[in-house]
Amino acid sequence: MTAAGTGAAVDRTDEVLLSVEHLTTVFDIPGHPVVAADDVSLQIRRGETLGLVGESGSGKSVTAFSILRLLQSPGRTIRGRVVFQGRDLLPLPEREMRNVRGAGIGLIFQEPMAALNPVMRIGHHIGEALLVHGMATRREARARAIDLLRAVRITEPEKRVDDYPHQLSGGMRQRVMIAVALACRPPLVIADEPTTALDVTVQAQILELLREMKRQFDLSLLLITHDLGVIAETADRVAVMYAGRIVEHGPVRDIFRNPLHPYTQGLIDSIPGQSAGTRLQAIEGVVPNLAALPPGCTFAPRCPHRMPVCTTAVPALVDIEPQHAARCYLHSDRTEPSQDSAAALASATRAR
Amino acid sequence: MPLVEVVNLVKHFERGGGLFARKTLLRAVDDVSFSIEAGETFGLVGESGSGKSTIGRCMLRLIEPTSGHVRFRGEDVLSFDRTRMRAARRDMQMVFQDPYSSLNPRMRARDIVEEPLAIHRIGAKAERRERVAELFRLVGLDPAHLERYPHEFSGGQRQRIGLARALALNPSFIIADEPVSALDVSIQAQVINLLLDLQDRLQLTYLFIAHDLRLVRHICSRVAVMYLGKIVESGATASIFAAPQHPYTRALLSAIPATDPDAPRQRIELDPALVRPETPLREVGPGHYAAV
Repeated sequence: MTAAGTGAAVDRTDEVLLSVEHLTTVFDIPGHPVVAADDVSLQIRRGETLGLVGESGSGKSVTAFSILRLLQSPGRTIRGRVVFQGRDLLPLPEREMRNVRGAGIGLIFQEPMAALNPVMRIGHHIGEALLVHGMATRREARARAIDLLRAVRITEPEKRVDDYPHQLSGGMRQRVMIAVALACRPPLVIADEPTTALDVTVQAQILELLREMKRQFDLSLLLITHDLGVIAETADRVAVMYAGRIVEHGPVRDIFRNPLHPYTQGLIDSIPGQSAGTRLQAIEGVVPNLAALPPGCTFAPRCPHRMPVCTTAVPALVDIEPQHAARCYLHSDRTEPSQDSAAALASATRAR
Repeated sequence: MPLVEVVNLVKHFERGGGLFARKTLLRAVDDVSFSIEAGETFGLVGESGSGKSTIGRCMLRLIEPTSGHVRFRGEDVLSFDRTRMRAARRDMQMVFQDPYSSLNPRMRARDIVEEPLAIHRIGAKAERRERVAELFRLVGLDPAHLERYPHEFSGGQRQRIGLARALALNPSFIIADEPVSALDVSIQAQVINLLLDLQDRLQLTYLFIAHDLRLVRHICSRVAVMYLGKIVESGATASIFAAPQHPYTRALLSAIPATDPDAPRQRIELDPALVRPETPLREVGPGHYAAV
């Protein structure tokens, strides 16, 4: 145990652990380059859970992979900074980056069966993480693995440690993934759709476990999901992505009680069981093709509040209320561009 | 008379069985009975492995059940010979979960939708073409896109193509097996609304197989909850959601994620010891049955 618990005297709740600034990631597909994450800025404070919500193609997973520098060609980050614990990760040599992954930032994937090596025992997965980062000797690793399995509520950890992934249920495998992600006590964990492949009762258990691990290990969490229910239950703050851009961010209560962007409103309204009558509130139209985005606001073609200005230029992400920002002309009369947006404009002109 | 009746349906699969290993019997569907009235939407909910999809497949005889009866308009579908079964399938159709794998990628949308008409030798070529265009409009697709291949459509549009194909033969009963769970959230509501509209216009009866309880609550008039191959509770959706009786139903309902950040969370964990598979269903309220 290194970081956790050492700063007891200092109130660190406001300390920004991860600051993503103007991150722009493109996929150089011949003929039609695609901007998969466009000028994405977000911050995670210590002990906080940020929910990143969006549909397929919204750029939420690309953002996570860009943060960890796990993008595969033709994806590449062309602009922005990823400041983690005070230093920018993007220019780091790969050797140091490898140290950040696992020891600094843990990762939990959607599909644990794909992420776990089928011919490696459960204990080996956890032990390997510890050994790679020099955090345990071979002998200690096994005992630590058993401790971690116990921490993630796996029954009979002394036996399970020698199981292979296929011997466990989906929920148990996701618990193992969480144990692997926590092995090196990273202060930040990125969980990419951690419950999507699971049944609803198992999903509830895994979310409860994540909340508990967050308390126990003093974690910050970047939770990526398409499910607003998961967000409502788990996140402190929420960022909503659509077609590569953050269109709204704010505290979870404000997002659900007072959504400012029509896309966020549409997402919330389309959850079944809220309104009377049998028809659901649907968002019309389809998610745009990233290779052929409409001009201006990318949501404009589907937006019930579309105005002429919406198709002229991309609206800026501005603070409409304290801590609550939206990228929408509906609110442009309510406020001036925030400092954040001004900085965005400034850095946009600066060549990287 | 109900439109569809499933009586004591059983489907066992044999698993394993190698040189030295004993075969094990998987009771995927274990003595399941329910009935569906014409025009209603009946929900079948449960987790993966609970047997809900197997029931749907047995009803259309895409797989043969081990025993039991499936009655459609009073006739036992399981006793039909090939010819009668083929005729019966015109009236009972299925919409599958995954619009990415359930459409033949090498066929144009037109041919996918037309295929059931061609197989059943309905109409001349020109009439069929007209019918396909009509079906396309019916499900909200642009007939200008008839010549496209599945990969040129989005997930929601592909599900509409699957629906157009299912509707081609004017069925009265449709089994929808997780029809929207592979779709993006903003698209799910569109497809659900389409299913509701079509039910109104064409007097369809649905068996809606799903794990999303919010959706089931919204569109199903009655629902049966499956656990380990058995129905453990069934009844009017409103009464099951208001007063679930079986411990598994209670656990399942309490696991629905709240969409209100301030909603009190009261998770009920299922204690497997509370579930006795031999407990029969009994009436716990008007039309409400539970194995307790």
